Amino acid sequence: MKREDTIRNFCIIAHIDHGKSTLADRLIERTGVMTQREMSDQVLDTMDLERERGITIKAQAVRMPYTAKDGVTYTLNLIDTPGHVDFSYEVSRALAACDGALLVVDASQGIEAQTLANAYLALEHDLEIIPVINKIDLPSAQPDFVKKEIEDVIGLDASEAPCISAKTGQNIDDVLEAVVKFVPPPRGEEDAPLRALIFDSVYDNYKGALSFVRIVDGGVRVGDRIRMMSSGAEFDVTEVGYFRPGELVPVGELRAGEVGYIGASIKEVADTRVGDTITLAQNPAGEMLPGYKQVQPMVFCGIYPADGSDYENLRDALEKLKLNDASLSFEPETSVALGFGFRAGFLGLLHMEVIQERLEREFDLDLITTAPSVVYHVVKRDGTELYIDNPTNLPDPADIEYMEEPMVSAQIFAPSEYVGTIMELCQMKRGVYVDMKYIEAGRVQIHYEMPLNEIIYDFFDSLKSRTRGYASFDYELNGYARSELVKLDILLNGEICDALSIIVHKDRAYPRGRAIAEKLKEVIPRQLFEIPIQAAVGGKIIARETVKAMRKDVLAKCYGGDITRKKKLLEKQKEGKKRMRTLGSVELPSEAFIAVLKAD
Amino acid sequence: MMLYLHIPFCVRKCAYCDFVSYAGQADKIARYVEALLAEMDRRPCAGTVTSVFFGGGTPSLLPPAALTRLLAGLRQRYALAPDCEISAEVNPGTVTAEWLAAAAEGGVNRLSVGIQAVQPALLARIGRIHDFAQAQETFALARAAGIANLSADLMYALPGQTLADWEESLRAVLSLSPRHCSCYALTVAEGTPFGDLDARGRLPRPSEDEELAIQASAIRILGQAGLARYEVSNYAQPGFACRHNLGYWTREDYIGLGCAAHSLEGNLRRANPSDLAAYLAGAPFAVEERLTPEDEDFEALMLGLRLVDGVELSARAFARFQAGIERFRAQGLLEGAGRRVRLTPRGMDVMNAILEEFLP
Repeated sequence: MKREDTIRNFCIIAHIDHGKSTLADRLIERTGVMTQREMSDQVLDTMDLERERGITIKAQAVRMPYTAKDGVTYTLNLIDTPGHVDFSYEVSRALAACDGALLVVDASQGIEAQTLANAYLALEHDLEIIPVINKIDLPSAQPDFVKKEIEDVIGLDASEAPCISAKTGQNIDDVLEAVVKFVPPPRGEEDAPLRALIFDSVYDNYKGALSFVRIVDGGVRVGDRIRMMSSGAEFDVTEVGYFRPGELVPVGELRAGEVGYIGASIKEVADTRVGDTITLAQNPAGEMLPGYKQVQPMVFCGIYPADGSDYENLRDALEKLKLNDASLSFEPETSVALGFGFRAGFLGLLHMEVIQERLEREFDLDLITTAPSVVYHVVKRDGTELYIDNPTNLPDPADIEYMEEPMVSAQIFAPSEYVGTIMELCQMKRGVYVDMKYIEAGRVQIHYEMPLNEIIYDFFDSLKSRTRGYASFDYELNGYARSELVKLDILLNGEICDALSIIVHKDRAYPRGRAIAEKLKEVIPRQLFEIPIQAAVGGKIIARETVKAMRKDVLAKCYGGDITRKKKLLEKQKEGKKRMRTLGSVELPSEAFIAVLKAD
Repeated sequence: MMLYLHIPFCVRKCAYCDFVSYAGQADKIARYVEALLAEMDRRPCAGTVTSVFFGGGTPSLLPPAALTRLLAGLRQRYALAPDCEISAEVNPGTVTAEWLAAAAEGGVNRLSVGIQAVQPALLARIGRIHDFAQAQETFALARAAGIANLSADLMYALPGQTLADWEESLRAVLSLSPRHCSCYALTVAEGTPFGDLDARGRLPRPSEDEELAIQASAIRILGQAGLARYEVSNYAQPGFACRHNLGYWTREDYIGLGCAAHSLEGNLRRANPSDLAAYLAGAPFAVEERLTPEDEDFEALMLGLRLVDGVELSARAFARFQAGIERFRAQGLLEGAGRRVRLTPRGMDVMNAILEEFLP
């Protein structure tokens, strides 16, 4: 048997909570790479955040030796892919590094939105898909029913699908045997010039940026001079190796078909971009591997330190995160209301939330973030074109010929009883109905075209609450569409608060303006004078509320000459206000900036 | 120099109370009196004492003999001015003719009677142990004992209290012809039963508007009866403002005796330990701080502004706060010419927000 014939490169894809990470853990445990005692739950999700949210943010990989029933010892490379639409490009590169995919489906839930999205993505990459029915230990499990659903909806043969419980370990061997049997061995040319696909990169404090690669053709060894084919940048290889859970194992060489990492004293991950092809400087390959693109941030928001003196710390923190996340972009920004901060770009909403949470947790920063904005395409009357990611920068409406906004194609899976409320929600969010299919009796797949700007606020939360959590949702970007958009400004005490401005569809400006004004009235504490809150579009006031002046704020008693206590109380009260932003004569709590998000 | 004596014993804690006082510790009173006398020995004072205040807790819970011993001990150790104001707080539920006789005998010439409200249901809700009849009796007994300078203390913004309840209380209290009346808005403090209820949203509290309406009715009704507001929460007939409390607002020196008592001597601020056992064991001061000139100037403003007449600031303090003072004068929150600064009626309602701007 040839060397490549004993290699299997595969990934696991699934809808969230269908058991992807648990299955990965069981496979690792079963192949003896780690003993049960060494395993903490979900070894591949190494960030605290990943474990808490049950999502995978960074791709990971692990090499597992497995002696199959045919007596041959195989090298199984499991590549764990990020599980969220925000990271769909990263997912596509991780899939490109594989030859097969285990499609895990919950035996009681059946196919969900991400099941389908992931399955299609895997099919696009010509992966051999092996359905795996998980959670058969649950009383509500209906494996045969789910198998039929897979055949009817996705068109895959599920007759040989392993039926397992990743939780209890039941039938795990069936999965390993299926991998050996159905996933094709890698087909590459060992003697051709090196072509290695970067499917992820991580930053290591000691080794610099490491490229996680699948060697497609050729081989690479320590001492080789490598070249990044997209940028032409060259580096000297200091280390190559493969993965054990949470551990890098150096080897002398990586050869065609193998999965591993390359270290070359690369300063930041931006120099080792996901999707790029690594070749040898001395003997370069003629063509890059297909599919590389530079990812563009889709969602932007302002990030400001709650305490202005933390600006430097915030910058350091962003730079550190950027080392490990080439898709995060940021540049300094100044706001009248918020002072010095950054405009940061993200792949999507989850990416944004993850970064915000990491800044607050790992760097102990208190942040104020402004409402997220998508990137609008503005065509001016003089013919110039602009891409606007900050409402403040929108040109004078008189100069705008027209505007376009990014659209998404959204797929929603839900029990049919919720169709009415889902359609109502989508309609409210300016969705355009495309079609609806019954995927089985009682469950539907609804397809809408929607503006991205409507789903970046609270679409998913609203969907979940309207369907008691039964709906699943996935989307992909689908170009730009012309739209009647306006800038909605919020004026406090007659002054525009730049950090509260948003871009909305003109038909939504009035209800949103009113909702935001009402919400702000709730969160802005009474001050010495009354504060008018106005929502305006192009100078026209469309909503108005008033925060009444504070009526009473005085200490009734000052007992027994205890002056210290009274002073402390005043100091505490003042300390509380320190966290507020002063805009003209108005003091704004950080909740005011969240109000814009939640008002709907 | 003024003296404050803290008597930290109560029959039971009121539902709103976060002062230092202990219920069910009456067996420690005798030791406490000795500890107070010992503290007097440790803290002599060369000057004349112009006012003495027995606060609590419940000073009327002291056995008459203990009160006599304290008052005598006080006179032995300190030089009391001939017109020295000697006040004591009393609870109508504990005061007796014997106690009042001992008080009058020992020189107590002013009582602050904790009436709080007159409606039995309201009194029960806030945890008071007396009714209005006992308050009436206290006034009568006090006068019979020869103590005529009497203050009636009321509380407002109590849970479930209406404006009508409040006006009923005011009129009932005025029927006792007090010289002085204190009207304290309820302060809900953490760690009290009211604080716990409030945290769970189960303490019905009046709105700011209702609170202000109650305050307005106090100013009006008491004013008509000849008791003018002279401080945020205090009203008196001319010449009957509490001298001891005025002393706090004008930053006179005072020595605080007893557990949790605070003292101000020059720029030295000190406080005794709050814990009864620690105090009895002779523990040192729990707080000892030297005030900086900034602190002193801020305190002069913070305390002086509590008075309706305001404060005549020192040249140094005025220079320090001038910009802010002028801004608030322009906004109609402060008034007064030159270094005289006082709050307008509106300013007095939002005093904390104004003071914050001057905090060092």
